[in-house]
Amino acid sequence: MNDLSNKGPVAKPLPHDAALLHVTGKARYIDDIPMPVDCLHLAFGTSPIAKGRIQSMDLSEVKASKGVVAVLTADDLPFTNDVSPSIHDEPLLSDGTVNHVGQPVFLVVATGHNLARAAAKKGKIDYVEETPILTMDEAMAANSRFEDGPRIYTKGDPAAAIDAAPRSVKGTFEIGGQEHFYLEGQAALALPQEGCDMLVSSSTQHPTEIQHKVAEAIGLPMHAVRVETRRMGGGFGGKESQGNALAVSCAIAARHTGKPCKMRYDRDDDMIITGKRHEFRITYRAGFDNDGQLLGVEFHHMTRCGWAQDLSLPVADRAMLHADNAYAIPAIRIESHRLKTNTQSATAYRGFGGPQGMVGIERVMDHIAHDLGLDPVELRKRNYYDAPNNRVRADNTTPYGMEVTDFELHGMTDQLLETSDYAARKAEIAEWNKGQSRLKRGIAFSPVKFGISFTLTHLNQAGALVHVYQDGSVHLNHGGTEMGQGLFQKVAQVAASRFGVGMDVIKITATDTAKVPNTSATAASSGSDLNGMAVKAACDTIRDRMAEFLSERHQCDAKAVKFEDGQVIIGDDVMTFEEAASQCYQGRISLSSTGYYKTPKVKWDRIKGQGRPFFYFSYGAAITEVVVDQLTGENRILRTDILHDAGASLNPDLDIGQVEGAYVQGTGWLTTEELVWDDKGSLRTHAPSTYKIPACSDRPDVFNVDLWDGRNPEDTIYRSKAVGEPPFNLGISTFLALSDAVSAFGDAYPALDAPATAEQVYTTIRRVRDGV
Amino acid sequence: MPAISSTSHRRMAIRQNNVTRRVSTMTITFHLNGEEVTLPDAEPTVTLLDWLREERHLTGTKEGCNEGDCGACTVMVTDPNGSKSLNSCILFLPQLNGKSVRTVEGVASDTGELHPVQQEMITHHGSQCGFCTPGFVMSMVTAHKNGATDHDDQLAGNLCRCTGYAPIIRAAEAVEEQPVPVWIKKEGTELPAPANAGEFSPRSSDELAKVYADNPDAVLVAGATDVGLWVTKGMRQLDPVIFLEGCADLKQIEVTDTRVRLGAMVDMNAMREVIEPLHPSYGEMIRRYASMPVRNAATVGGNIANGSPIGDNPPALIALGATLHLRKGDSRRDIALEDFFIEYGKQDRAAGEFVEAVSFPRQADTLRVYKISKRFDQDISAVLGAFNVTVDNGTVASARIAFGGMAGTPHRATHVENALIGQPWTEETVTKAMAEFGKDYTPMTDMRASADYRLDSASNLLARYFAEMNGETTSVLEVAI
Ligand SMILES: Cc1cc2nc3c(=O)[nH]c(=O)nc-3n(C[C@H](O)[C@H](O)[C@H](O)COP(=O)(O)OP(=O)(O)OC[C@H]3O[C@@H](n4cnc5c(N)ncnc54)[C@H](O)[C@@H]3O)c2cc1C
Ligand code: FES
Ligand code: FES
Repeated sequence: MNDLSNKGPVAKPLPHDAALLHVTGKARYIDDIPMPVDCLHLAFGTSPIAKGRIQSMDLSEVKASKGVVAVLTADDLPFTNDVSPSIHDEPLLSDGTVNHVGQPVFLVVATGHNLARAAAKKGKIDYVEETPILTMDEAMAANSRFEDGPRIYTKGDPAAAIDAAPRSVKGTFEIGGQEHFYLEGQAALALPQEGCDMLVSSSTQHPTEIQHKVAEAIGLPMHAVRVETRRMGGGFGGKESQGNALAVSCAIAARHTGKPCKMRYDRDDDMIITGKRHEFRITYRAGFDNDGQLLGVEFHHMTRCGWAQDLSLPVADRAMLHADNAYAIPAIRIESHRLKTNTQSATAYRGFGGPQGMVGIERVMDHIAHDLGLDPVELRKRNYYDAPNNRVRADNTTPYGMEVTDFELHGMTDQLLETSDYAARKAEIAEWNKGQSRLKRGIAFSPVKFGISFTLTHLNQAGALVHVYQDGSVHLNHGGTEMGQGLFQKVAQVAASRFGVGMDVIKITATDTAKVPNTSATAASSGSDLNGMAVKAACDTIRDRMAEFLSERHQCDAKAVKFEDGQVIIGDDVMTFEEAASQCYQGRISLSSTGYYKTPKVKWDRIKGQGRPFFYFSYGAAITEVVVDQLTGENRILRTDILHDAGASLNPDLDIGQVEGAYVQGTGWLTTEELVWDDKGSLRTHAPSTYKIPACSDRPDVFNVDLWDGRNPEDTIYRSKAVGEPPFNLGISTFLALSDAVSAFGDAYPALDAPATAEQVYTTIRRVRDGV
Repeated sequence: MPAISSTSHRRMAIRQNNVTRRVSTMTITFHLNGEEVTLPDAEPTVTLLDWLREERHLTGTKEGCNEGDCGACTVMVTDPNGSKSLNSCILFLPQLNGKSVRTVEGVASDTGELHPVQQEMITHHGSQCGFCTPGFVMSMVTAHKNGATDHDDQLAGNLCRCTGYAPIIRAAEAVEEQPVPVWIKKEGTELPAPANAGEFSPRSSDELAKVYADNPDAVLVAGATDVGLWVTKGMRQLDPVIFLEGCADLKQIEVTDTRVRLGAMVDMNAMREVIEPLHPSYGEMIRRYASMPVRNAATVGGNIANGSPIGDNPPALIALGATLHLRKGDSRRDIALEDFFIEYGKQDRAAGEFVEAVSFPRQADTLRVYKISKRFDQDISAVLGAFNVTVDNGTVASARIAFGGMAGTPHRATHVENALIGQPWTEETVTKAMAEFGKDYTPMTDMRASADYRLDSASNLLARYFAEMNGETTSVLEVAI
């Protein structure tokens, strides 16, 4: 059957499957599940210091506090004391040492959420304080790091190329971290079952990991733990590993008390305890010719990983893997230091290091364009990888040796320049700026090439479970989790299309480790690629069985059986899908199947930095215009135009939603979202009152978002492309536009740091204008 | 403490660690999604959000921050003055006495017909993860009922991390022309009679004066946008508390030819309506003060009485030469507002004394108020500058300049003022005066801004003031393409 001839619901702009539940308040998140009788509530008592040893603990007041049922410390944990997703370096409760402000030290079990919180504040703990390592400089000086030394990827001899180049630039660039600020905080609920088994509901992107960590913590095989996730109120990577502590706590407390236990972090606790996007410092040197052709680039990445390893290695790897972005760089070296500090353990966040790597090379391009006085778009185009149909370069391989064969940005850039009226506007802005002393406008373009696949190759697999009932209704399950991205809807559209039925026939069900085992986190934008394919496989297995049975009965070729418009067409006969299901059931045909998929072609050696880590690339391009005020550094976006590549989109409206949301989130990262720690390592921006994500009026006044009319050359689900993370990087255009506006105040290159808060912009303008 | 006679104001004994603590409870009556609810023993500092979710199992209203900053908990509250959005996470139950509350569960019709806001949110893909959605729906339903189409302002208090807001605004625009459904229109036409909540919920400033003088240790609760956080974040047990919400006379606004007088309980949105026509720049600052639901609760009295160094109104009012009207029992006194703030954490207010009103002279509009914050909407100021300079024949006749965020209290920039007064109103004078800011303020560095930035931007705001008075475009918010 030709995939594209009759797609059914695929490619239709249907609303999110839970939209009606969302708008009526009926969509259930963990804390909304009707409270089981006797449910207990948990809260952590946390460390007020960044580094030290516990000398003595007096928890008597905690125990005596109203409603407290139990107080647990590391000594009370029956089995392992670990919630790390990687190398067992993250105790659930302090093992006697503390390594960041906010580290859980003891666990309060009480009859109410607020009672647990109130009690948790009453611990009296004496610490022997030690000098913490807080900054990247301190960590470098102390050689405090993960892995034995830096990771280095090299192609050619960049040092020689830069030295020999007609021109060069160098600089250092600070890039702040980012709090996820999922609107629903971390939450979990554990219901003890017979025989010590545990049923856990968790707001997690990774139910299998929760299952794994809970099983370890209560000393049972994974089969004794079932984890269910219907939806999250946002994840963005922050619920890939950070939910472990809550789910494990609930399971341990439930085992301890025999009662259901629920834990949700208060917002401030959430921000103080959980990890965030990795902060980076990127130092660069780039050599190029007078036409702006890159000859060699050197990057030195430093990243603050916090106290535990978590997912920092693959995050830092991905930053290296995006150090080229869209540009064919003949010689390049990337050296990456993963620094261990006494701060929250930085974790996955949309883009997973990719945005940090990408903003590094975009900064270099910005710097070069300024140096040459060349139009920044023109400069970028000159350095693009070749289009597949127009090969001019001898070498189109990335710094890690992967051939770029699907490069879409030439056409996309030209289209966006035209629809956004870039050239005319740029001229108009220059004119406007001449007449202004205090306010200046700026405009900038940034392209995105984002690699799709988990770089840990074995994670690129997925499973599904599909049942067709005898009444023709379909139960759909797969390993992906729903966090708002519309994955469930898109995958249901795939299932409906495979059976040729309407959406109402498909029942979307909660992710459940008892239905589909050994799943990967819903991360790396892989959700619909992996699970869509697994579901397709399951549906096709059932469909083929049905076709075979029915064709036999109707004496025709199984290949001639068609599933369309709620009907099954068997030669000249037509019956409803319902009737076909019923007949198959009576004919003793199995109407249930698993489906499985593993991404082909990927092969990667992360130590050497060589191979094909990605199945394909997703592309995007944005042009943003801003205005800044030199008196205060206040700034605002005036207009944004985006063209994004979702391949042959499974659902264009949901994909546009991802692009709009990601752009605003990416812009927030590089502008107003500033994380501030004090000199004791305490996070000062631990609530929305002090940590400012974009609000409604921060979105661009004019906001044009379009999808590129493309098709994935690789064989993905209906030739679509992943869309979760790539458009986050479009926010880089905002940062570059601010740089452009700032550069209108003087001759020096702005060298703006991120986040470009009003203060940062103000300071940079002064430097550009007055040289101070 | 005097014996409490009112039957509706009870004392409930709570046994805790063998110590008996007494919590004053109150009787209150309100409507919830059209049904009358009477709570005979409401604990005064239970938030509406906790009560809805835990007691009523109405879990549509969400907790995203528990401090008024995200809007996930937004509900619509209707009283005789109309319907407004409020953050239920920092709204105590007694503040609802005699009012009507609607939650997301109560905006579709009885027969399940969706409110147009709900329908358009579906059509325009206004929800992704959906966690912020109930709050957005409630803000939008309230705005729609009130005919408001300034969507960015109406929704400034609702954070969404998924959508980037664009589809939500498209939904809001699509609803504009649609009629308010009858079941929402009639909300508030029949409000319940408020229960007699007792003397700790006084009905007038006289009653307040008495109960506060008798209970000087009590915590006054006005809009609870500060006090709410003492409970939800500070985990403080407050007892007793006195609710000012019922004191209708404290909500009075008087505008004469010569003066403007605002009762202490005038909320920020009501204040904005009075101020906007007189001093548009001050009105614009109030537009950026917190967000719609917080402004619907926060009072001018609370904004002054809390003594915060970063409260937005005090500098503006000081620049206008405001007088603070204080009352204790039957004795009243008036002081210059700037004298109220003695030092950080210390105000000129005696035990049992409360703010009755603030007033200021009506004058020509030479006032400009500038709020500098990381984010334009719903952010606390890093620096708040208020300038009120009059020029006579090219010479500065008077100057009142006050700042917040620059010291432990809001106060005037006397050196700067002196550098201006009597001088020609020229760029040269302004430049000289700008150098004086360092004598008036030694600001600190915190998570909002560095000391250097505070001082620089504060003095630059004088340059902005000068340019603006010369008719130049000075704010990025005024640039449109
Ligand atoms: C999300 C959010 C955003 C905010 N944004 C801003 C902002 O942009 N700008 C700003 O200035 N503030 C802001 N605030 C702070 C707060 O809104 C204000 O300080 C507010 O004005 C307090 O008023 P209230 O009526 O809510 O006071 P309450 O919380 O009820 O009381 C505050 C204090 O004043 C006392 N008090 C109240 N009324 C009287 C009276 N009549 N006499 C004597 N004492 C009294 C109370 O006992 C208490 O000590 C924000 C708060 C929140 C939660
Ligand atoms: S929960 Fe965030 S404003 Fe109430
Ligand atoms: S839809 Fe997720 S926060 Fe708004």
